[in-house]
Amino acid sequence: MRGNTNNTFDIIVVGAGHAGCEAALATARMGLKTLILTINVDKIALMPCNPSIGGIGKSQLVREIDAMGGQMGKTADKTFIQIKNLNSSKGPAVQALRTQIDKKEYEIEMKKTLENTANLTLRQGTVSEIIIEDGNAVGVKTESGVIFKARSVVVTSGTFLRGRIIIGDKDYPAGRMGEYPAMRLSENLLNIGFKIDRFQTATPPRVDGRTVDFSKTSIQNGSGESLRFSFWDAPGNNNNIPCHLTYTNELTHKIIAENIRYSPIKSGMVDTHGPRHCPSIDRKVINFPEKTRHPVFIEPEGALSNEMYLQGLTTSMPALIQQKIVNTVDGLEDARIVRPGYAVEYDYIIPDQLNFTLESKLIGNLYFAGQINGTSGYEEAAAQGFIAGVNAAQKIRGNRPIIMTRENSYIGVMIDDLLTKELIEPYRMYTSRAEYRLLLRSDNADVRLSKFGLKLGLITKEQFAGVQLREEKVKELISFLKSNGLNPGHKTNQKLISVGTKPLDKPNTLYQILKRPEVSISRLMREFYNGQDRYDEKVFARTEMMVKYEGYINRQVAEAKKLEGIEKYIIPLDLDYYKIMGITYEAREKLSNKRPNTLGQASRIAGVSPVDISVLSIILKKKSGKQL
Amino acid sequence: MIESMEETIVAIGTRPGESAIGIVRISGKEAINIADKIFRPKKNLNIRKTGSYRMLYGHVIDSNEKIIDEVIVSLMRKPGSYTREDVVEINCHGGIAATTKVLELCTLNGSRLAEPGEFTKRAFLNGRIDLSQAESVIDMVRSKTEQCMKIAAANIAGGIKEKIYELKKMMMEIMVQLETAVDFIEEDLETTKYGILCKNAEKILSEISKLIKDEERGEILKNGIKIAIVGKTNVGKSSLLNVLSRKDKAIVTDIPGTTRDPVEEILYVEGIPLILIDTAGIRKSRNTIEKIGVERSLLHINEADLIIFVIDGSRKISSVDLEIMKKLKEKKTILCINKNDLVKRIDEGEIEDIQKFINVVHVSALKDQGIDMLEKSIKKAIFGDSGINIEERIIVNTRHKDILKKAKKAIKDSIFAMKMGISEEFPSSDLKIAYDLLGEITGETIKENILDNIFKEFCIGK
Repeated sequence: MRGNTNNTFDIIVVGAGHAGCEAALATARMGLKTLILTINVDKIALMPCNPSIGGIGKSQLVREIDAMGGQMGKTADKTFIQIKNLNSSKGPAVQALRTQIDKKEYEIEMKKTLENTANLTLRQGTVSEIIIEDGNAVGVKTESGVIFKARSVVVTSGTFLRGRIIIGDKDYPAGRMGEYPAMRLSENLLNIGFKIDRFQTATPPRVDGRTVDFSKTSIQNGSGESLRFSFWDAPGNNNNIPCHLTYTNELTHKIIAENIRYSPIKSGMVDTHGPRHCPSIDRKVINFPEKTRHPVFIEPEGALSNEMYLQGLTTSMPALIQQKIVNTVDGLEDARIVRPGYAVEYDYIIPDQLNFTLESKLIGNLYFAGQINGTSGYEEAAAQGFIAGVNAAQKIRGNRPIIMTRENSYIGVMIDDLLTKELIEPYRMYTSRAEYRLLLRSDNADVRLSKFGLKLGLITKEQFAGVQLREEKVKELISFLKSNGLNPGHKTNQKLISVGTKPLDKPNTLYQILKRPEVSISRLMREFYNGQDRYDEKVFARTEMMVKYEGYINRQVAEAKKLEGIEKYIIPLDLDYYKIMGITYEAREKLSNKRPNTLGQASRIAGVSPVDISVLSIILKKKSGKQL
Repeated sequence: MIESMEETIVAIGTRPGESAIGIVRISGKEAINIADKIFRPKKNLNIRKTGSYRMLYGHVIDSNEKIIDEVIVSLMRKPGSYTREDVVEINCHGGIAATTKVLELCTLNGSRLAEPGEFTKRAFLNGRIDLSQAESVIDMVRSKTEQCMKIAAANIAGGIKEKIYELKKMMMEIMVQLETAVDFIEEDLETTKYGILCKNAEKILSEISKLIKDEERGEILKNGIKIAIVGKTNVGKSSLLNVLSRKDKAIVTDIPGTTRDPVEEILYVEGIPLILIDTAGIRKSRNTIEKIGVERSLLHINEADLIIFVIDGSRKISSVDLEIMKKLKEKKTILCINKNDLVKRIDEGEIEDIQKFINVVHVSALKDQGIDMLEKSIKKAIFGDSGINIEERIIVNTRHKDILKKAKKAIKDSIFAMKMGISEEFPSSDLKIAYDLLGEITGETIKENILDNIFKEFCIGK
């Protein structure tokens, strides 16, 4: 097969889920000849669990991908059936978008995008082996024996590695319900020398919408505003199809308790860790016996589908018992299950084997992204896929990698966590994971990251100029507010009262007045400035944020700046920690195990103390004095 | 805490009490600005406009423009300094009072206390010290840190540690409520309202204020060097304490075992408070009250920095003396042979064969003879080459106070934010700062995860 130009690519992406799609689209758009291989070309960008993209923390990831020229936000904008602004009563740093997605539409849209992207080849095939030469990945081999060669391989195989599905006392090998798992690739990775562990995750049953009595539930609408993930004026839609909320009750809990022996918690059918944020209803009933009800959200799987996802009723009890449980819930008395819930257990590679580019430390030009790295969630997968893809491309082009850090993005927080922390469950993003979250906002993802998109060629110059222009306007408006003051005259004070705030007793700047929590910038500007049409809504919102929370923002900027130094200290991967006198034995062991890329990463590994870091900085200085 | 080269650091550069001048050294980007804030030169000069290797005379002032000390400030601009950063040295009057106050003013104005060995480390990282000396720099950093950690651990033992754990737990409870309200808004959970959280935060605030007051009031006692006067019954320990402190506090009688409780006296030597503890005489006793006294004495021996072991020169060495000496083996000890106004019967050589003393002095507490010799050897023991680590101790205390004050401010901020009704992520970020600060006092390396606590507290998973 060698030398067959038809089967030779720059980059091969293994798997066409959310990580794979972002990786392949990015590399192809960057002009590299890309092959995306999937077990089944009819199952692209599938959403096997909840019909939703976004949410707290996750929404920031989607916007960050979008800011750099990724795809998920655009496709979600096009295919959502409902969009909602979460935390709208709170500060901008923790606000988030959540969409209900039409799953089938999303798959169709994403497949269409893949099929119509230049340099991108879509092909069906199950990869059984990574081909390695001289410590570098050079291609893949499929189970049918076809060999594809490339300069880089990105593995985004999701839950398919030695996947095993469990329902009640039955279990069988599968990647997702009704799909073949990838058995041999897992063995291959193990043979290459990767450390592999197992996680599990589960999904609730879906019911036929025609059998649900919605009158017994409460309606959950979208925000009804024209909201978008994407910064770039991509086509969206205005769907607002409702979800519904109902609750379990004591009868539900009684049935679960009576049948608990069939639950994997008790039966021992599953002994791996699942995500704590998605416990089964079985676990919720056992762990919180004092709760008399748990919420169940009824979410459509699509605009044209009658299938309803029962968020909150995750279980992998036997199908018959699942039916009984469902029928105890208000509004679901006659609901018929279309497909039962199940648990899936799968292999993941322990992610400390990766560099911050998501390239593996063990094998050059081999990247991993998505659920195979022990994460959970479509958004987390997509973000990693994007980073793995662009960095594979950057390396091929001979360019410096794109490095996401804890200070510049949620993506950076996630990758850093994966590389430095011990995973005890599938990793999900939360805003509380980001120590600089007041800086890493949804509203400024473009300001923070579009420069990377521009560098990669995934954002146009015009788009970038638009971001910069808006920033200029924010600066201009802030200096206007600072340099214009009000005197406590009768007329001014009447206006201030109408804005909803206290009158002045001495002169003050508009800037200081805007700091009052009850004063909004749009009302203030309407009363005291004529040329407000110079600024759009986005400029207003960003300015207001910067003024009102100035103290908090400055503090986080200072904190981030403080640690800049150690974040840039590169540690050679071949550093022999056992030869370093002056650091504790525990630190040597932990550092040898994790092999951090930077001194900053080293400082976040449990068991490594500030003194160890201090000593390491001296050693590194002696070795080379090289900084990132 | 991770050391950052971005920050400006400050430390006392001389051993307190050692000389008539105490030097506070500031190094880093903000060094000159900080000096400018706290230093008023004479003759309308401005430190910011002063050239390198210049000295200015003037006063250090606090935020109320009150004069703290009369000083000479020398300026070394980068790279012409030891650390190759801007360095300002403030030459204060010796003793601890002036230097610690100046140190505190520096931390209040934007520098942080230097970690052990940090000046040398910076000199190395900035290329001032030869690369070949890396190992010795590491050794220095390591040994100084260990010394400091030992002292910090000793200073914080007991009540304060428990109190801080308790406060951290209270903070965590508030943060869990705030963070749940932010990250799990989709979950339909009931979190505690601001009103109650505010009250809890106020409780924490008042506890921290109390700790700061304690720290300030008790500072002398905690900073002081503990000297235990040890010996068997009726060798004249109480009389010795009295002449050293020139006060009649201990009950002096010739009935063996009169001093049942250790009695403390504070003595200032070169501005350093020395805490003299007169321990109960140690002898085999069947009297319960006396037994307690003896046990306490043994405890004091363990805690003491220096022991004055008193024996009666007019008697032969006894089995009880030998018994006591066994307990002193690991300690820095001065042998004080009392009652030299009487006929000498003791064999010094015999004692010195058993234990090595840093000094042997002959006194008569009753006749006030040889006391100045004893004072001299105490001073030598404390300030001498192998002296006790006073500077680390001062640093530990200044650090605690500094941390507590910063934590107090952060908690105040969080209460203010909640009272203003600002959304949860803001008061939470204030509390997080206070929480991490308190962790620095107890020296914890394992960070507790807010998420773990949320999952424990709430039924997550819609």
